[in-house]
Amino acid sequence: MLEIVGYIALIFLSISICIGLFRVIKGPSMPDRVIALDTIGINLISAVAVISITLDTGAFLEVILLLGILSFITTVAFSKFLERGVVIERKRDR
Amino acid sequence: MSWLNFAIFLPILYAVFIPFFYKKVSSVHTGWFVLPIPLVLFIYLTTSIADIANGERFMHTVSWIPSLGINFTTHLDGLSLILALLITGVGTLVIAYSIFYLSMKREALHNFYIYLLLFMGAMLGVVLSDNLMVLYLFWELTSVSSFLLIAFWYQRDKSRYGAQKSMLITVTGGISMLAGFIMLQSMTGSWSVREIIGQAGTLSDSSLFIPAMLLILLGAFTKSAQFPFHIWLPDAMEAPTPVSAYLHSATMVKAGIYLVARFTPVFGGEATWFWIVSMVGLITLFWGSYTAVRQTDLKALLAYSTISQLGMIMSMLGIGSAALYFDAGSDAFKYSSLAVLAALFHLINHSTFKGALFMVVGIVDHETGTRDIRRLGGLMTIMPITFTFAAIGSFAMAGLPPFNGFLSKEMFFSAVLTASDLGIFHMQTVGLMFPIIAWVASVLTFVYCMILVFRTFTGNYNPEKLEKSAHEAPIGMLIPPGILVSFVVVIFFFPQTMADYILNPGVQAVLPLENANYYTEIKAWHGWEPELWMTIAVVILGSLLFVFLRSWQGVYSLFPREWSFNTVYNAILVGSEKSSEKLTGKYMTGSLRHYLLYIFSFLILAVGTVIFATNGFVIDTSNDAPVNIYELILISIIAIAAVGIIFAKSRLTAIILNGVLGYMVAIFFVIFRAPDLALTQLVIETVSAALFLLCFFFLPEWKKENVTRKVKGLNLVISLGVGTIVTLVMLSIQGNRLFDSISSYFEDAYKLAGGKNIVNAILADFRAFDTMLEILVLAIAGLGVYTLIKLKSSEGEDRRESK
Repeated sequence: MLEIVGYIALIFLSISICIGLFRVIKGPSMPDRVIALDTIGINLISAVAVISITLDTGAFLEVILLLGILSFITTVAFSKFLERGVVIERKRDR
Repeated sequence: MSWLNFAIFLPILYAVFIPFFYKKVSSVHTGWFVLPIPLVLFIYLTTSIADIANGERFMHTVSWIPSLGINFTTHLDGLSLILALLITGVGTLVIAYSIFYLSMKREALHNFYIYLLLFMGAMLGVVLSDNLMVLYLFWELTSVSSFLLIAFWYQRDKSRYGAQKSMLITVTGGISMLAGFIMLQSMTGSWSVREIIGQAGTLSDSSLFIPAMLLILLGAFTKSAQFPFHIWLPDAMEAPTPVSAYLHSATMVKAGIYLVARFTPVFGGEATWFWIVSMVGLITLFWGSYTAVRQTDLKALLAYSTISQLGMIMSMLGIGSAALYFDAGSDAFKYSSLAVLAALFHLINHSTFKGALFMVVGIVDHETGTRDIRRLGGLMTIMPITFTFAAIGSFAMAGLPPFNGFLSKEMFFSAVLTASDLGIFHMQTVGLMFPIIAWVASVLTFVYCMILVFRTFTGNYNPEKLEKSAHEAPIGMLIPPGILVSFVVVIFFFPQTMADYILNPGVQAVLPLENANYYTEIKAWHGWEPELWMTIAVVILGSLLFVFLRSWQGVYSLFPREWSFNTVYNAILVGSEKSSEKLTGKYMTGSLRHYLLYIFSFLILAVGTVIFATNGFVIDTSNDAPVNIYELILISIIAIAAVGIIFAKSRLTAIILNGVLGYMVAIFFVIFRAPDLALTQLVIETVSAALFLLCFFFLPEWKKENVTRKVKGLNLVISLGVGTIVTLVMLSIQGNRLFDSISSYFEDAYKLAGGKNIVNAILADFRAFDTMLEILVLAIAGLGVYTLIKLKSSEGEDRRESK
């Protein structure tokens, strides 16, 4: 029973990633694409969680945590780049 | 080490001490220290003349590479002895001559004598070696030392040109000879010339027999300046005259003759060998004498005459090889072996008179400052001794009595006459050609010999045309040619002594048969035979041609000078250089895109054809796992993202799509149960996205590729090809497992290594070496990035050096 639910959930999550990808490719602006990437990351977190349930294992919990952190970092990096043109600013006293 | 082996190495070892003599004992001409070496060797070799004449053979072996059968084996028989005596004897005289010829103050004498001794040792090695590989070693050493000697005055353009030319031609021949030797070895299983001759009769059926013969002949012909490889010899005349006298008349050019004579027992008696050797010899004989007449430079004239005389010896060896076709006791054998005897006889004769003539020309050059026939004349009364020597040498070369050239020329005529009614190898139809070519060439020989003597020494003396006022040479310069011309005369009067002691053992070495009926007599007078009438006709017609030289010299302008093999050689040299440059310029474009194109298309062709040819593409899906719908969707996401990158309009889109790709790969790691991989993949993906953003500022504008449709199409084809090939290979690998996996061993990781995480146990325990080196890779990459950023040279400084 749980397996079928997980299976269906995974299909839906895949479809939503697909839709995210459509946004990434289509755009039209760069922030749209960055947000779409962030969405895909979040969708992936859910997918990993569902997979963990179906596989009945705790080995992928770190992956969920890491994905959370990294998709945040990625989004911040892209945003900063779009805003300022650079990711890491130079020290001013130099 | 026996004395014979030591004799080869003595000159080479002694050469080490030459610079010492040159620097420390600078008041004495270095040549005096060199002189004893060839003299000692000559005396040592003369002691074995009697033993060799009695039929003894000397053989000594010193191990070099015994496991490959390559040893310093020396073998002294009649043939080797003739050459070795010439090398040491003429060598002694040439060194004595060079002491007076080369100035102590102006010339780099130590270089000269080192090269000369090196050459002498190498040449002795060539004629005495029994081992093919060692023979080839010394053969190349003669090429190299000859190269060094020709370019002795390396400041001159022409010397360098001549040295390069002779090097290229003789080394090409040497390489082909090496190939021939290797074929011989693979046919017989032995590197020893003795043993190969022992198997001679059994070889002619082998498929390598003819190729080996041709390749060895190519080596011999290039070294002995045979047609059409003769072109290096006239250019080698830029060498100092002692070198020309020694290398390019008496010794090195005879190495090819020696080789042909040495391998006559192996290849002789075959029609191919007979025809190639004798025809090439005759053509060379004719072409050399024909070209010699038109020369105006004395040394060039002598060079072409050397070519011509070498052709004569070669043709006699070719004719003599027919003897092996006949039964050893028959009369036909006896009269064919005459040609071999004549060849060896003329070999010695030519060395004596040609060495003397070169020395004479050197004296003329030395004392007048020119070698141009048009500027010389009337030197007879000023240089009477030199004139005498020149006359004797030239008359001997022209084949007049009472000089040794007469005897060998007569024997040459009888050889070609014998050949013309030989009755084998289709000689019935074209046999008459042999004596005709020989006779015409002899007439021309007579003409240039007369030019050499009379244009130089008679006529009007024109001091204003000469750079120095002419006078007789110092006594030291006259002694060596004097000794040589005395040989010229002495041999004429005592030819039979010479034949008994030196020539006949040589003939026996060239035609080694049991109970053979050799031709052994050399007589100065043999009655009113056709040969004598031929000589008389040569003298009459030759004299007429010489007297009326001006009226028929127009023949030469029919063939302009450009129509020579030099033009062909230069065209080949320039052409090959240009075309290879063009070819390299065509594919080495400097564009990485092109190089990648080559690499990938090679990959497709090589991998594709090999696997296809071996029926490697077998796709077996029976062991594959079932595919879920969500997996299919995720795969299509990856595919769409990958294709999207290609069509991305901006770089940022491409980076984001790349991020999508990376994340999707991570989810696949999750699906296929690899948590560690998924973690690492996520981190690396993020870091590389950040890195892309970091360098974004420095990257050039993202431009649309400005290439034609054709190039785009080619790129598409190549990339599709690579993708197809790799996919096919992967599928074939997946379906065909030859062995079980070894992973069951690692499943005991907890017991073996104390870790529950198998991946980590493998990385840090079972196969920790890989991990260590990958850490090293990362360290190097980090350091590299740091240095690239930090160590920037400021403007104007040398960019390669930064502090």
